[in-house]
Amino acid sequence: MIRVWLPGHLRKLAQVDAEVELDVAGPVTQRSVLDALEARYPMLQGTIRDHVTKQRRPFLRFFACGQDLSHELPDAPLPEAVESGTEPFLIVGAIAGG
Amino acid sequence: MADKISGVRVLAGTRKGAFILTSDAKREKWEISGPHFGGWEIYHLKGSPADPNRLYCSQSSGWFGQLIQRSNDGGKTWEPVDNKFVYDGVPGTHQWYDGTPHPWEFKRVWHLEPSRNDPDTVYAGVEDAALFRTTDGGKSWHELPGLRGHGTGSRWQPGAGGLCLHTILLDPNDARRIYIAISAAGAFRSDDGGETWKPINRGLHSQYIPDPNAEVGHCVHRIAMHRSRPGVLFMQKHWDVMRSDDAGDNWKEISGNLPTDFGFVIDVHAHEPETVYVVPIKSDSEHFPPDGKLRVYRSRSGGNEWEALSKGLPQSDCYVNVLRDAMAVDSVDSCGIYFGTTGGQVYASANGGDSWAPIVHDLPPVLSVEVQTLS
Repeated sequence: MIRVWLPGHLRKLAQVDAEVELDVAGPVTQRSVLDALEARYPMLQGTIRDHVTKQRRPFLRFFACGQDLSHELPDAPLPEAVESGTEPFLIVGAIAGG
Repeated sequence: MADKISGVRVLAGTRKGAFILTSDAKREKWEISGPHFGGWEIYHLKGSPADPNRLYCSQSSGWFGQLIQRSNDGGKTWEPVDNKFVYDGVPGTHQWYDGTPHPWEFKRVWHLEPSRNDPDTVYAGVEDAALFRTTDGGKSWHELPGLRGHGTGSRWQPGAGGLCLHTILLDPNDARRIYIAISAAGAFRSDDGGETWKPINRGLHSQYIPDPNAEVGHCVHRIAMHRSRPGVLFMQKHWDVMRSDDAGDNWKEISGNLPTDFGFVIDVHAHEPETVYVVPIKSDSEHFPPDGKLRVYRSRSGGNEWEALSKGLPQSDCYVNVLRDAMAVDSVDSCGIYFGTTGGQVYASANGGDSWAPIVHDLPPVLSVEVQTLS
C-alpha cells in the first residue's frame, strides 16, 4: 500500500484526508503512483501533471524520506520505504504567492 | 414584469474564491454565500440562460492549473467537470511580447459563455487565445480551431494581461453568429457557428502599434450588445470607446466628453438599447479612476454624450480598478447595474445608475461580476 500526502487544495478537491492509500501495480515510480492516484481520483488530472506532457506542474514538488525527488526521472524507482508504505510520498505546493 | 421576478443572483469571481450574492427584486438586502473554492482564482462564473440553476465556474491557480466546476442547484453544490483544454492539431506560434514566435500554451479560462438555449453547451475563452466549446455539460471540451487558424493568428501578440480571449457574445437572433475579442489581437466574428472567422476591426485606431489601423493587433478590452439589437456593438478599447452599427464591420469612436476614454468594462441597459455604461480609468499606466473619484459614466444617446454617475460612490481617495468582466446588468423593470472593483467592493444600482450602494465591500479583488434575474 502506497501512502500519498496531498496539499490542502487538492485534498478538498478530491474530498479526502491529508493522506490517501493506493495500490500500485508493478514498479513503484513517480509515474505509476501518479497514474494510480489520478485513476482513483480523476478530478486530480491536470492539477499535478500536465494533461498531455505529463510533466510536473512547476510550483509542485515531490518529497519522500527527507529527499527532494522532483527532478528524478518519472520511471525511477521510489525509495523502498515508500514502496513498503513506511513513508509517504509527499506532493507539496511551493511556498510562493500571496 | 416585476411581479414575475423573484430576485436576482450576483455571481462574483475574485482572486481568492467565488461569492454568490442574492436578493429579492427590490435589491436592498443581500445574502452572501462564499467563498466557494476559497484560495483559488475565479476568473469567471456564469449561469445558463436556459437553466438558471446551472452554473459554470472557471477555477484556477498558479500551483494546480485550471479546473472547471459545474453546479446544478444555483451554486449550493458543485462538481468538477473536464479540465482538459488541448489545442486542435499542432498549435503553432503567435508573437511574443518582443515579436518573436512563441508556441501556443494553455494557461487559463478567462470567460465562460453558456448557450442561450442549451444548458449543456458552453463556450470557453482561454489564454493563450482560443475558443473552446462543450456540448455535454463540461464533460469534454473541444477547440473551434477556425479562429486561430483563419490566417492572422501567427501575428497575435499578448497584451499586458496575456493573450486572452475574454469576450464571447452570442447573437440572440442568429445561433450561427458569434463575436469574440482578444487582447491584443482585436475583435472577430463568425457567421457559421464558429467554423470560420474574420477580423472585425475596421475603424479602430491604436497609436501603440506600428500600423495604427492594422487588421489585427488592437487591444480590445470588452464588447457589449443589447439583445434586441445584436448588430449594434459597443466596445471599450484600451483607449477609445467605440460603436458599430453593422455587426462590427465598421467602428466609429463615441468617446465624446468622457474625462478619459481608457477603461475596461462596458455594458448596455437591459431595456434601453441606446443607454451605455463605462467606468473611465485614468490611463494605461495608472489603472485607477481620475482624481480618486469612482464614477460610472452613462450615455443615453448611444455614445458621445456622457454623464457622470457618482451618487453613493466614493468621491475621494479611491484608487481601485474595474476589470473587463466585472460589470453586469439585470433585467428587472428598473434595470440594475452592478460592478466589482479590485478593492473588493461590489456596487449595485437598482435605478439604472442614478444611485449606488455597495452590496459587499471587503471581498478579495473582484475579477468578474455576472447577474441572473430569477423568476
